[in-house]
Amino acid sequence: MRYDALIIGAGMSGLAAGIRLAQAGKRVAILERHYLWGGLNSFYKRGGRRFETGLHALTNFAAKGTPNMPLTRILRQLRIPHEALRLAPQRRSITALRTSAGDTLRMSYSNDMALLRSEVARLFPSESAGFERLVAALPGYSGSSESDYAQSARARLADFVRDPLLAEMLMIAPLFYGSPTENDMSWAEYGILFRSIHLEGMARPEGGIKALLDLLIARFEQEGGELRMKSGVAAVMHDDGKVRGVRLDDGSELECERVLSSAGLVETEALCGRSVASEEDARIGRLSFLESCCVLDRAPQALGHDVTIVFYSDGERFRYERPEVPVEPRCGVITCPSNYELREPDREPFARVTCPANYGYWKGLSEESYAAEKARAVDTMLDTAETFSFPIRPHTVFRDSFTPRTIERYTGHRGGAVYGSPRKSRDGLTALRGLALIGTDQGLVGVIGAMLSGITIANRSLLEPAGGAA
Amino acid sequence: MTRDEIVIAIKDIISTIAPDEAVGSLAMDVRLRDQIELDSMDFLDIVMELRKRYGVQVPEEDYMQLATLQGCVDYLGPKLESKSLVLTALKV
Repeated sequence: MRYDALIIGAGMSGLAAGIRLAQAGKRVAILERHYLWGGLNSFYKRGGRRFETGLHALTNFAAKGTPNMPLTRILRQLRIPHEALRLAPQRRSITALRTSAGDTLRMSYSNDMALLRSEVARLFPSESAGFERLVAALPGYSGSSESDYAQSARARLADFVRDPLLAEMLMIAPLFYGSPTENDMSWAEYGILFRSIHLEGMARPEGGIKALLDLLIARFEQEGGELRMKSGVAAVMHDDGKVRGVRLDDGSELECERVLSSAGLVETEALCGRSVASEEDARIGRLSFLESCCVLDRAPQALGHDVTIVFYSDGERFRYERPEVPVEPRCGVITCPSNYELREPDREPFARVTCPANYGYWKGLSEESYAAEKARAVDTMLDTAETFSFPIRPHTVFRDSFTPRTIERYTGHRGGAVYGSPRKSRDGLTALRGLALIGTDQGLVGVIGAMLSGITIANRSLLEPAGGAA
Repeated sequence: MTRDEIVIAIKDIISTIAPDEAVGSLAMDVRLRDQIELDSMDFLDIVMELRKRYGVQVPEEDYMQLATLQGCVDYLGPKLESKSLVLTALKV
């Protein structure tokens, strides 16, 4: 009983890769350590309620049938009709920055780029021409040159935008939406994220991330794929530089031609028997988050807050970095899923607040102090978040929060690094024949990026003879 | 399969992988990607379906032969001669 392919991890990339391989008639199984699927974009139950992880948004919004868009291509490759996603577009989102003088600049945007254009003109009248040149110069999705990957986005932004406050504001959403590196990203990645967020836009599947996951699982199983839960991979077995199979946590072994791993770069190396890197390894991402999900007694709109997502920085320097303190309250993301154009409003509205957090601190806490420290840190975070949104705590009926430690446990990402390693393997190739990386550390982040990663690497493996490069 | 059936077989595969495209009026000798929205990933899917449904292997260097419906008929004719039509999307 030999598999054509085994996929490590039932997240977005693993599911998408699995569908592609199963559709091609391959014998394929997805191996997931946990009892729930979704990886970084998952869901769980607490206090009788269902919570979701992740920012609740799909980037790369495209209306049905829009040609040449990432979303259109993904749906076609996975044979999922656009209607099945039931995408609810965002109302509008905001990037907010508080200056040292205490003024708050609020720049709105929606899935219509005209709004962001007019906001730039309103807040920074002399920057409109530069902003247009920036948009025209953005690297595209494919064919970005190595130099686009080598250049700093901040450095390139300064070529187009003179006001440092506007430059800072234009970094906030792209960094929060998917940079594994602190405070900057490559110009190529900036191009992809700016397009995904601003030129295309954001939406949420009706029914949330679980509805999307249900669709993917159904497609995978319909094509004959096998989903194995509670099947953590303990090791990738190999002979003479070529993959032979995997050994599961329970000691059983599965043979296969190929392995596609969404475990991460360093994590996959460890599975192959390379020495385990220390926490100081520069390849382990430093960005992790404290996230709090507050169930509200009424819709945020009833409290005067109609914004879908607020990306904020309390200060002229946006601190997208691992803080020295348990949580960085001076910047974060506030998401209100009920502020998408939903046809069926959520029964219980909620607000989610996410701020950068210090992995080492949370990892080192004793069990006795963990809960109390978490409650305290969430309050610190909400003190500032509320000044950029609405009084969240007085209307909170139930709250659940998780730390970098939780993220590490459920995603397997070392350091709780949500966006993975700062070193990406863009071709997905590894030192072993038959082993390819998919997902976060193949270089694409977010729900759409992850699915595209799984599809791209699976397609390449379909074109190659077994035993080839990947 | 007759040559007419090969045309139906290809149209059925296109309808499966791109349900939003109208395949009824496709011209025989105009490139498929000039008539409907198909990218290189979609061509991979056409090839995959040919293998799955009819056991026909199309090596990557021959993908060009499938650019038009006429090209498909000429190239696949001998390979599909002894196979019977499989339909999943279209109704006859």
